[in-house]
Amino acid sequence: MLRLSSVTAGYGQFTALWDVSLRVEAGEAVAVVGPNGAGKTTLMRVISGLISPRSGEVSFEGHPIGGRPAYEVVGRGIAHVPEGRRIFPALSVADNLRMGAFLPAARRRFAESRARVYGLFPVLAERERQQAGSLSGGEQQMLAIGRALMSGPKLILLDEPSMGLAPVMVLRLFDLIRRVRQEGYTILVVEQNVRQVLKLVDRAYLLEVGRIRMEGRAEALAEQDFVRKAYVGL
Amino acid sequence: MIDPLFLAEAAVNGLLLGGVLALLALGLNLIFGVIDIVWIAYVDLVMICMYAVYFSVQVYGWPIWAGGLLSVALGVVLGLGVHLLIISPILTSAPVNQLLATGGLLFFLQSFATFLWTTDHRSVRLALPRLELFDMPISVARLIAFVLSIVAMLALYLFLTRTYIGTAIRAVSQDREAMALMGANPRRVYLVTSAVGGAMAGVAAALLIIQYAVHPFFGAAFGPITFMICVLGGLGNMVGAFVASFIMSEVIAVSGVLWSTEMGYVIAFVVFIVMIFARPGGILARRG
Repeated sequence: MLRLSSVTAGYGQFTALWDVSLRVEAGEAVAVVGPNGAGKTTLMRVISGLISPRSGEVSFEGHPIGGRPAYEVVGRGIAHVPEGRRIFPALSVADNLRMGAFLPAARRRFAESRARVYGLFPVLAERERQQAGSLSGGEQQMLAIGRALMSGPKLILLDEPSMGLAPVMVLRLFDLIRRVRQEGYTILVVEQNVRQVLKLVDRAYLLEVGRIRMEGRAEALAEQDFVRKAYVGL
Repeated sequence: MIDPLFLAEAAVNGLLLGGVLALLALGLNLIFGVIDIVWIAYVDLVMICMYAVYFSVQVYGWPIWAGGLLSVALGVVLGLGVHLLIISPILTSAPVNQLLATGGLLFFLQSFATFLWTTDHRSVRLALPRLELFDMPISVARLIAFVLSIVAMLALYLFLTRTYIGTAIRAVSQDREAMALMGANPRRVYLVTSAVGGAMAGVAAALLIIQYAVHPFFGAAFGPITFMICVLGGLGNMVGAFVASFIMSEVIAVSGVLWSTEMGYVIAFVVFIVMIFARPGGILARRG
């Protein structure tokens, strides 16, 4: 479904990703794990079109999307939940969801999509009229995911969904992401919480200083000695 | 001792002036909030639109409402033109270059107007009845301008809160990149914003020309106070700009009666400087 081959990307003089190849098949949940500064967020930004790859190819369902602007990529069926949630703080919860369905095709399915999002995250329905900035961190993350679902995506990119959340909330959030997955969405998630995310996904890639160091089944990766020591904390 | 009636009259005049100032400030602030570039020449666009009303009404004998519509249409065209020709190529340039470019437009428009229409002051004379309220003479032109500017601001409010594209405009002003992830082409949102900002300039022009004479340096008279209001209200903060307009117009009008019009502007600037030190983020900025 999603395929990156030999992608190199960065900002200005700085190169954050070196020759990264990766694939996500329809229906899969895939994680990219690695330490801070490994290039995980850059990877997400290349896929969603917020930055252009310097070289290499990105394709989605057989169409090349590398270098296409973000507002076109979302129309192809990729929704990016960015790092730090990036909800619109001064808009109401309902308006944030309306913006999620900005594209004409998504706008036509608005009522249906919203019912689905409210089914997944009932708290958003309760707080519909509230300003998004007044929600708790966990609720804001749910709103960010809900907003992404409003575009009717096939693939969802989640960038550090557990960042800044209380431990209890982290567990709840991973449960919710599991439910999103059961709804049939394909997921590519970037996380520092390696232990939790490896329980959630089928496969994972280990990204270090901009290069893929390892890839494999999630259980197999969790068993790797140095992954356990370095990230899982066992 | 000053007759309290004079003060009351000044307060009413300040209130009426505040309406049109608010309209100018909101137009400028909308553009800044979304595109992140200050249109230094905003009030000079208003000046061009005022000439359009003057010529259509006073020279060609159009009814004033038709002149007003022409002004709004011209405002939209100017707003789109400024965006496409000047702003769009320098969107990613350093802020100082953006200021120089829109500042250059200001001098261009002033010289252009002087060249075509000379420095004569030109006004539109409307036959309006006199109105008195508790022995205070009230300018009907000002009253009309005030009411229509409130109506225009209400329309802007409804546009920004009730329509899809209006909500998207607010969303872009909060997080440009996130809105691109929603599928909004930022350039298209900028164009709509520029058109709306231009339309506001056109409305303001039609309401100003029935109170003040237009001349090529009109922008120099109303530009600085408009920027002060925007900064005082917090750049990009629409409610703040609205409140700041009335504070500034009252300061100018009341101290104008107590001392002189010039002194009114001096005091307005002093209030502005003090407020900038006391509340650098604008009068309505959240603390912390």
